[in-house]
Amino acid sequence: MASIRELHQQLITKKRSAVEIAQESLDCIQALEPKLHSFLCVTADRALEQAQQVDAQIAAGEEIGWLAGIPTGIKDNLCTQGIPTTCGSKILQNFVPPYESTVTGRLAAAGAVMVGKTNLDEFAMGSSTENSAYQLTANPWDLERVPGGSSGGSAAAVAGGECPIALGSDTGGSIRQPAALCGVVGMKPTYGLVSRYGLVAYASSLDQIGPFGRSVEDVAIVLGAIAGHDPKDSTSLKVAVPDYVSLLSPELRPKFRIGVIKETFGEGLDAVVSEAVRAAIAQYEAMGAEIVEISCPKFRYGLPTYYIIAPSEASANLARYDGVKYGFRAENPPDLISMYTQTRAQGFGAEVKRRIMIGTYTLSAGYYDAYYLKAQKVRTLIKQDFEQAFAQVDVLVCPTTPTPAFKAGEKTNDPLSMYLSDLMTIPVNLAGLPGLSLPCGFDQQGLPIGLQIIGNVLREDLVLQAAYAYEQATEWHQRAPVL
Amino acid sequence: MGLPGTLPVLNQKVLEYAVKAGLALNAQIAPYSKFDRKQYFYPDLPKNYQISQYDLPIAEHGWLEIELVDADGSSRRKRIGVTRLHMEEDAGKLVHGGSDRLAGSTYSLVDYNRAGVPLVEIVSEPDLRSGQEAAEYAQEMRRIMRYLGVSDGNMQEGSLRCDVNISVRPVGTEKFGTKVEIKNMNSFNAIHRAIDYEIERQIEAIASGEKIVQETRLWDESSQRTFSMRIKEGSSDYRYFPEPDLGPIEVSQQQLVRWKADLPELPASKRRRYETEMGLSPYDARVMTDDRAMAEYFEATVAAGAGAKLAANWIMGDISAYLNNEKLAIDAIALKPEMLAEMVGLIESNTISNKIGKDILPELLTKGGSAKALVESKGLVQVSDPKVIEEAIDQVLAAHPDELEKYRGGKKNMAGFFVGQVMKQTGGKADPKLTNQLLMKKLEG
Repeated sequence: MASIRELHQQLITKKRSAVEIAQESLDCIQALEPKLHSFLCVTADRALEQAQQVDAQIAAGEEIGWLAGIPTGIKDNLCTQGIPTTCGSKILQNFVPPYESTVTGRLAAAGAVMVGKTNLDEFAMGSSTENSAYQLTANPWDLERVPGGSSGGSAAAVAGGECPIALGSDTGGSIRQPAALCGVVGMKPTYGLVSRYGLVAYASSLDQIGPFGRSVEDVAIVLGAIAGHDPKDSTSLKVAVPDYVSLLSPELRPKFRIGVIKETFGEGLDAVVSEAVRAAIAQYEAMGAEIVEISCPKFRYGLPTYYIIAPSEASANLARYDGVKYGFRAENPPDLISMYTQTRAQGFGAEVKRRIMIGTYTLSAGYYDAYYLKAQKVRTLIKQDFEQAFAQVDVLVCPTTPTPAFKAGEKTNDPLSMYLSDLMTIPVNLAGLPGLSLPCGFDQQGLPIGLQIIGNVLREDLVLQAAYAYEQATEWHQRAPVL
Repeated sequence: MGLPGTLPVLNQKVLEYAVKAGLALNAQIAPYSKFDRKQYFYPDLPKNYQISQYDLPIAEHGWLEIELVDADGSSRRKRIGVTRLHMEEDAGKLVHGGSDRLAGSTYSLVDYNRAGVPLVEIVSEPDLRSGQEAAEYAQEMRRIMRYLGVSDGNMQEGSLRCDVNISVRPVGTEKFGTKVEIKNMNSFNAIHRAIDYEIERQIEAIASGEKIVQETRLWDESSQRTFSMRIKEGSSDYRYFPEPDLGPIEVSQQQLVRWKADLPELPASKRRRYETEMGLSPYDARVMTDDRAMAEYFEATVAAGAGAKLAANWIMGDISAYLNNEKLAIDAIALKPEMLAEMVGLIESNTISNKIGKDILPELLTKGGSAKALVESKGLVQVSDPKVIEEAIDQVLAAHPDELEKYRGGKKNMAGFFVGQVMKQTGGKADPKLTNQLLMKKLEG
């Protein structure tokens, strides 16, 4: 499937109608879903209706924006009015939001055509999308492998060509890690750049919504449309959103300084990943970038810190699923406490329960100081590491994941090893920074490898510039899986 | 409803109200404060956590002064410490079906309409020593909150709620006894009586060798007793942690100065001023300051030239009765303070009698206008000319020789009869004091 720029060109030159483009996406979904299982629900009627509106605008001679008529996948933890929003959980199997999230509202206003809701790890907790209560999503590059997670459905849908763009959410790497494993571009913006209103909360101080695309430009276009202050989200930043697309250039700015995080090349990193990322760094050097080795000594504390803060917040955020107001309720509970316990026991999956229990424990009287408070302090130290780094460089680079995509079932019984796949992405969330993953090579089996580019607070422009220049200089993004 | 994906936003007016309430309670306002999540499962709490303030409340270390007026009219003042004031969201309301209480009900409904509505919780120091003091504290708190416009303080509707903790200890002991919490008091009177009941209950229990257990008891209005609701076993672990969806609250010095300047004069200060500067009794000062609009009306009346005592009497008497009957607020009546001052002035200058004042008041209350013009148009100006009054007396005495005979024969209580007749003769306009004097002279003469 084509890029946003190409589709836009086809629309304004009336080569193809928005309905035709939407139908192509829907046909592709119909053909590929038996293999990929990226979507939890396909919204064909709504998509065609939205596409007709775009066609009407074009027919009336109105100017249309970049996103008008572009088929879009939406992660199923973003509330969409009148359309089920399950979060990949049994406990929300019958939940139909009466309101629209800010991001999907902004995309709809920009004319984007929603083709469906994509699969995810239950409540965005996981790194393989295997924690979905509904289905296993396959990696389009190797159907026996996971697409990564938690936004695995969005990543697989874009990689498989079911839709050119999609939205995901990223709490510890849930956009960048599946983007890396599926060979697409995925970006987590600065915390607060994109409104979380309507994103079903996992860990509120870490969650951010961001785009998937098959090119840096597509990701820049979507980011521009969803970013910006929202009075409905108190953590939303009051900043002007630059026109990211106009800032992209195939040439790197002179004296562009790229920091390489030393600590990410240690134990546990696959040789093939290390080689690909080293090659990418050499590519940057060849393009005229200054390469600086940077030490972030607290980076390795990211994972344990995250697994205290995120479950703590999750334990509170998920307390509302109790069978009283919406979603699943256990049948015939004898009393109130039983209704709570049976509903939650039957409604939540194992990983969600694990994190609720961890979070409940770390916030308990007598343990709070040793866990939650200590973790918050370490979080500050990690932030300081990054601050010092960005005093020296424009962006930081490192591998997105330690390994390419692993096989389904390979890590489901070993949560720790599963957690390790987010080792490189988690510190970025803890520091609230923008991070992007783009393809930087393939292993011997043809599995994609991701390069992570991290920027300072609100320096999405520099991250996108670095990513775009690399992308234009390489051909990785032109490869597509054979399905 | 705590729908998935929704987020809280702090209503800025709430912060302003909380800070103003803190300032009015002489508390220290935190320059840096935050919200926390207080977690517990209960159906009236849609998110199963309440957004509240835990370790950094918006205001701390305050006090308010209560004034207790005893039956003999004497008053004493007492300062009650305020530990803290914090902002939080309200929970929903449980409605139990099949019974008016949880026990015995067959089902329960939850009304979420007030869930998420902002409130402030105010915790007092253990300085209160009786039901009377506690009820007065609660009333003074309501007056202050009403003066500030923070809340209408309607206890029946739940916009002012109060839980009390009570313990007793032997005279002279420093350490407090085991405390018992009482809930479900829907009026100040109920607070007063519940506490007094509970004090007696605890004393009797201890005297008969029982031990007081830490528990929550409910006040039962119909039987005028408290009943045990639940025994507290240890303290609950609410797993508080900072609310990540709301940023910290910072109140700048400039903002604080502005809000401080906005504060109205508070009831305690008004009471003092009315007593010392205007010469009102403690009781009158209390009534006049109970409601801010009434106090402002009173002050405007005095500012327009009326004597304070007389103005207060009119406002507390006929005007209040009218307001109560018609269910009106004082600022909604046609009689403006300047008009009342004019009428009071007419009485003070002996232009009309108090009686005439009462007669014309209803018209002034409903239609407003000038009291003087009304009095003149109706010919109600008081007759203070001795000659005119003497003439009327002479006519009355001449017309009632038998009664005059009886009076002179010793029936002195007949004097009232003659006063009445003179008033009748003059259409109620004769100056009552002068009439009395002149009549006595004639009767005895």
